[in-house]
Order: sequence, then C-alpha cells, then structure tokens
Amino acid sequence: MLQRQFKPLALRLAGAAMASGAALALVSCAAPASRSASTAAADALAPLRHEDAVWLERTSFGLDSATVADYRRLGRAGYLEEQLHGPPEELPAPIAAQIQQLTAHEADPLRRLQELQQRRKAINAMAEGPDRDQARKLLNDEGGQSAYRAIRLELLRAVYSPAQLREQMVWFWLNHFSVFQYKADLRWLILDYEEQAIRPYALGRFRDLVLATLEHPAMLQYLDNSQNAAGHINENYARELMELHTLGVNGGYSQEDVQQLARVLTGVGVNAGPAPQLRPELRGLYVRRGAFEFNPARHDFSPKVLLGQRVSGRGFAEVEHAVTLIVQQKACARFVSRELAVYFMGDAPPSRLVDAMAATFQRTDGDIAATLRTLLLSPEFAAARVPKFKDPVHYVLSSARLAYDGHTISNSRPLLDWLNALGEAPFGRQTPDGYPLVASSWESPGQMSRRFEIARAIGTGNVHLFDAEDGGTATTSGFPQLSNRLYYEGIEPFLSATTRTALGQANSPQEWNTFLLASPEMNYE
Amino acid sequence: MSDRLTRRRCLQLMLTGAAGMSVRLYAAAATGPRFLLVFLRGGYDATNMLIPYSSSFYYEARPTIAIARPDPAASNGALALDSNWALAPVLRDSIGVLYQQRQVAFVPFAGTSDLTRSHFETQDSIELGQPVAGARDYRSGFLGRLHGVLTGSHADGAAAIAFTDALPLSFRGPDPIPNISLRSVGKPPFDDRQVRILSAMYAGHPLEPAVTGGLELRRQVAQAMQQLSEEMRASSRDALSIKGFELEAERMARLMRDSYRIGFVDIGGWDTHVNEGAAQGALASNLTGLGRGLSVFAQSLGAEWKNTVVVVLSEFGRTFRENGNRGTDHGHGSVYWVLGGSIGGGRIAGEQQPLERATLFQDRDYPVLNDYRALLGELFRSMWGLSTAQCAQIFPQTTPARLNLI
Repeated sequence: MLQRQFKPLALRLAGAAMASGAALALVSCAAPASRSASTAAADALAPLRHEDAVWLERTSFGLDSATVADYRRLGRAGYLEEQLHGPPEELPAPIAAQIQQLTAHEADPLRRLQELQQRRKAINAMAEGPDRDQARKLLNDEGGQSAYRAIRLELLRAVYSPAQLREQMVWFWLNHFSVFQYKADLRWLILDYEEQAIRPYALGRFRDLVLATLEHPAMLQYLDNSQNAAGHINENYARELMELHTLGVNGGYSQEDVQQLARVLTGVGVNAGPAPQLRPELRGLYVRRGAFEFNPARHDFSPKVLLGQRVSGRGFAEVEHAVTLIVQQKACARFVSRELAVYFMGDAPPSRLVDAMAATFQRTDGDIAATLRTLLLSPEFAAARVPKFKDPVHYVLSSARLAYDGHTISNSRPLLDWLNALGEAPFGRQTPDGYPLVASSWESPGQMSRRFEIARAIGTGNVHLFDAEDGGTATTSGFPQLSNRLYYEGIEPFLSATTRTALGQANSPQEWNTFLLASPEMNYE
Repeated sequence: MSDRLTRRRCLQLMLTGAAGMSVRLYAAAATGPRFLLVFLRGGYDATNMLIPYSSSFYYEARPTIAIARPDPAASNGALALDSNWALAPVLRDSIGVLYQQRQVAFVPFAGTSDLTRSHFETQDSIELGQPVAGARDYRSGFLGRLHGVLTGSHADGAAAIAFTDALPLSFRGPDPIPNISLRSVGKPPFDDRQVRILSAMYAGHPLEPAVTGGLELRRQVAQAMQQLSEEMRASSRDALSIKGFELEAERMARLMRDSYRIGFVDIGGWDTHVNEGAAQGALASNLTGLGRGLSVFAQSLGAEWKNTVVVVLSEFGRTFRENGNRGTDHGHGSVYWVLGGSIGGGRIAGEQQPLERATLFQDRDYPVLNDYRALLGELFRSMWGLSTAQCAQIFPQTTPARLNLI
C-alpha cells in the first residue's frame, strides 16, 4: 500500500515519531525505530474524496487537521454555514496569547495620530545633531514594529484560525481595499484598519464595508482624500473608489463622474487635533468619529450629479447617498461577484455563475455571505474542473499549515520574508489596485524558482519559525515531518505518478519534504 | 479566458515543452541590436522633467512646484536643451551629459489615445500595445510579439528577459519569457541532480517551461553576477558601493551585454498627487536615481552601447496645473525618453505645439501628438530592419513614425 521507497533510515524513524497521532514531528534527534513510516498511513481515516479535498483547500488557506475534522463532522453544507457565520475563534493557547498581546497595543487611530504629532513636534524642536537623528530613528523603528504587528495578526489568524473562510475574506478585502504601509502615517494605522474596518465586515454587507474603509484614516491618507477640499480638489480617491472598489474600470462611469464624486468627497478627511471653529450654520453638519472627520467648511456644497442621478442630502449625508448609489449599480454587483469568483475558482469563472452571484448580491442588498453561498454551493465550484494555481499567499500559508500543523509558530518573520520574496507581502502593494488575482501573474519562471527555494527552506526546517520574536533562541528545531496523517487523508491519494517518482528519488527526509512542497499538487488547489 | 481556451493554452505549452523549446536563455554573445524598456509606473510628471520654460503659462499654472528658468550663469539649475525646453536640474550630470553627446532624445506629447486616466487600465493598454478601440487580448503584449517576430527572422538574436519579480504584461505571448529581479541575487540552492528531479516533476505539465527555465536562469544569473562582482573587486570599483537602481542597472547591463537582446524593467513611485517638490523633492529624488542608473547602464554595456536603444515611458503625463496639494493629478500626454549609443539624439523629437491655456488637452493636460506605438514601431523597424508586415504584427493598425532617431 505504501509506494514510497525511502533510502535513509532516518525517514523511517521520522515516521515513528508521527505515530503517536501528533500532527507533526519535528525531528531533531532519532527516536527508537520500532514502527515504520506506514504507521501514519494506518492511523489516518479513510482519505477524503478528491472533490471534497479540493473544495476544502479552496475555501481555506490549505488543509490542516482541525479543518479536515470539522468538515468530516459537519458535512459540506453544515461546514459552510458555520464558516459563513464565522465560528468562534478557538485558537491554540500560545497563538491566542500572541494575538492578545498584539491587539493589546493601543491601536485607536486618534490616539496614535495625536501621539505621532507630539513626537514629531518634539523631534523638530530638538537641535540638529545625533540626538535628533536618534529620536527620528526610534520613531521610525516604532512605525515598523507597529506595521509588523498588523502583519503578524493577519498571518497568525490565517494559519491558525478555524474561521478560515473569514480569514480568506479578510485577505481578499484588504487586497480589494488595498493600502500601502509606507505612505503617510499608515504604519501606525493599518492594524486598526484590519481590525476595525475590514474584519468585522468581511462577511457582512458590502456597503458597510465601503463606508468603513471610506471613514478610515488609513484609506483617507493613502488615497489623499484627507487633502480633498472645495477649491483644492484631489480626485485620487474618488477615481479609485469607483474603478477599484466598486464599479470596475468599465463600470459605466465617466471622467465627469470622477470629478463629481471628488466634489461629493470634499471635506471627508482626518483630524487628530481639536474640532475646527465653524460658522453656526455649518456646526450641525460637522461629523467626528475618532480621527475621522467630515468638515463642512472644506465641503463643496454646490449640486452634483453622479451616474446620471442628482446626489441628495447635505454634507456627509451626500457621501452616504453617493455610496448607496454606487453600490446599487448592476456593474458593482457584477464586478464584486467576478472578483470573488476569480479569487476562489481561478481565472475563468463561468459567466453564468457570476451572473447568479450578482443576482444574489443585488437581491440581498450586497450581502457578502449570501453571495459566497451562491458561489461555494454551486455545482460549477464543486466540480473544480480547472485546477487553480495558488498565489504566493496560498502557497506559503498552505505549506505552513501542512508542515506546522499543531505546532506554534512563535516567529512570523520567515512567513513575511517568503511573501516578500514572492512579491505578495501584506500591506506591501504600492499601488491601490491590490495584488493581481489571476494565475498568470504568479507563474513566471522567476516565481517558480523562488517557490522552490521556499519549499526547500520549509522542508529542511532551517527557518527560525520557532525562535522567539525578539531574536531569542528556538524552543524547538529540526525539520517537519510532512508524511503525516493529514498527508494521507488529503494529499497522498491524489499524487501523480511523476510526483511519486520524484519523491522516491529523495535522499533524505528533508529532500523528500522539499520535493513534495515543490510538486504540482502543492502548487495548485 | 474560457475553460476551453485554458485547455488549449495548456496543450500549446505542453507541445512547446515536449518539443524541447523551453525558455530561451543565454543566446550567443554576438554583437547586435539590444532594446531595453524602462516603465515608470504611476504616471511620472514629465512637465517637471522636461521643463517647457518658454511657456509663461507653465509658471502661472504651477505657482509652487515650477522649476526656475535656466540661468546660463548657474551651473546647478535647469539645463536649457533648446529655446523651449530645459532638463530638470537633478538630471544635469547624468542624462544632461548623454544629451550633449547626442545619445538622448526626448519626445514630448507622447503617449496613448487611452483616455481612462486610470493607472492600471492605461499601463495594461500600453503593455498590450493593441489598438485602443478593439477588444483586448490579454495573452499578447507588444514585447512578446517583438520577440516572436525576431525569433522567426533573427533566431540568434531574440533572447528576452524581464528584470522583475513577476512577468510583465508586455511579455505575454506564446513563448515563455524568463524573469528575475536583480535587486538581490545569491547562490542557487539546488545542485544538478535536484534540478533534474524538480524539472521531471513538471514534465508534460503546462508549467514545465517556467520551471525548467526558472531553475536554469537562477543558476546562470548567479554565475554571471559572481563574475561581475569578481571583476569589480579586481578593479576595486566596489569602493564606489553603488546601490538601488544603479546597482540593478549595472547587473542588467551585464546580462544584456552578454546574453539578452530585449529587456524590461519597471520602477514605481511616480504618482505625485501630494507634495511633489520642484527642483528638489520627491520627484527630483526619483529622477536622480533613474538618471544615474541609466548612465551606469550605458557605461556598463561597453562597446554594445552603440547597438543599444533604451526607451523610458510612463502610462500618462500629469495635469499641467498643480492641484490643491502641491502635487499633480492624472493627465494624458507624457514625455518619452529615447537613449542609445548611436542614436541621432541631442534633440527634442516629434510633433510639438506651444503650451498655452488654449492648447491644453481638455483644458488640463498635454495632448498626445506622438502615438507610442508609432514611435516604438519605427525604432524596432530601424533597429532590426523589419518589414511592414512584421511591424504590423507587433503593432497592428499602426504606421511607424518618422522621427528618424536611428
């Protein structure tokens, strides 16, 4: 029953360490060789059906034991309902502790921006010299640490959260409403953006999501709307709001609509200081929520026509009406549905399925969970006729979930380094279009050789994932044991003959791991 | 792409793989034409690079970010190139020197008729290089088509490469083109046996050419860079410790000198909506790095610089007027750069017009008077002696321009 021919004894020993049922053995020393590698296979439940394995891979960041167990327990429809409602976030205790520590940092944008202003003022008041340089560097380093906390939160949840579908949607929306950490004060703002503007709405209503991003200082600084005022029009955000966030580039709006929307958005900005002095007739229109501000003194009150319709309301009500107008467009339903379908299914989703999703989107007033249900329970999605190439995020995270199933990553830096090397790091897209969703962007020769290098890094275990974040020594070391129970349940049954041949030529378990992670089967889902 | 097309593409790729034609690497190191495209992503503000200093409207429209008129007495201000145009001060020592050697020409009012003013839409449309009005075929970029044409007629001189992390749209096409970023290059991790086993896993798979090509390229680039750094050590040039785009440019030059004929690189960070700066500032510092890098590229190509043409372009120009935030917004016409060791440079080429309020396109931007497809088509035709039919394959429905730069 076992096809693999391992050359070195070491690998057989590795199998033995697996046999206790622990999801993973980190082989740092040889255990007594009393059982063979086949034990892991024997302990595994019957393999998943291929269709189920693919369905589960596509609705998660890759298989891990807990996900497979949930799926087996609930069945597809039950599992999906639980995922759409967001299951309770039961995380392994050490991960929960890390996340608690990360979110405990003061993240409120108002406080962060106020603090930043004070620090900068103090630095500017210092005399030129090494002390001032040192203070600048310190502030800059703190910005880096702050951004890294946001990235760690995203990565740890993606690897460990049982709410895999929600975490995929968090990635999807962070990419859809993409912001770049190195602009303006964003490094201090992105954790809150992720936690407050994106995650709570990831499976909610699309309009709420648009408004949450519209009111977030990270977005307002990133696309310059904090600078958009009557008489000083900056149309950057207005354009991307329609082109990238809602309607798509051929979504039926014109340059005139961009200019009109830019005028609607005048006065929508960021203020970490005291409220402005306003003329009495404007005071009632002033809006302030944390660092978000709508300042009527900066707003253009002349009448506007957007997408052929008169924009009603005065002040911020105008903005809310404009967003409603935009998200109710058929083009918006189609654009968002198609992006979702490409993300979950690959480059060429059947247009009938996209139509069905768009119909759900419109019927339910932009209910994201309902739209996803239409997609994920469709026969076309289940059939998975065309293999979907993993983007770097899915490649790295699914490899990590397989390799470190049940083990606690204490240092997320290697994950981020790999994503950087493959060009898809969180908050690292400079332009507001987000990373491309289509396979052709990620399957070039340069990408493939980088992937194999990462496969090797993970497979040989020389990756420092278990070092302390602060640079302390590793709590454990060695290479992962990939021929684990999960492997026999969801991967091994579907390997091709060529992959099996390659695995059979491995000279060591580390090399076997490397070949498996580099195989076509691990690069597609 | 429909499922059917995907399968057909798979089949095509499998056939090319099976026929043993994987990624084309390392052509013979013969002398011959070389082309590098430098794409400035974000829409660089051409108006503050090539300054229309004879236009008083320029100074009216940009009260805080205009660059002062050239002053013959000053050696560090804008450099007058003719009676209308001056070069940004930060480019004096790099591009200015090449210009005086007639190795640089600028083509103002250049660009595409795409009017979306969207970065992404316009970048895509330029890289595809197809007629703007028609339906787009995302599987066919104009450098991919150039490569295809040259593979047919100049078999020893068509090797192409993108110096980027991902393959750019320009290189899409039936032939797989290798890509590798040269920002950092280390030792390859796999030995020959491992390379063989990894490649074998993809035998007959649509990704076979990408996999075998990627592994091979990684090995060859590492080797070439090793040589380069040894040579630099030997001539103690590493004392200069160049970095950033200059370092990348030196590496690109090495690979293009020895092995490649068509290259692509992109540089981001040109979307200056806010605090763009003038003679100094955000745009100026971007231009500094770009200018120095191109100088290094020219030098490092050595004798092959005379066979090389570099075009620097961007998706669009920016608004002629500054906006409310001392920056500029998305515009239309741009200024393209053409560089080369034996081009007829030292001039401002192409159709021009005076810059006044009334002549702005839609009362905000440079118009496009010089279509980029005609401009590039003429360069390719002259460089490789292409026929009209071959030109039409690369840029359908376009007549090559007559700028006579080569």
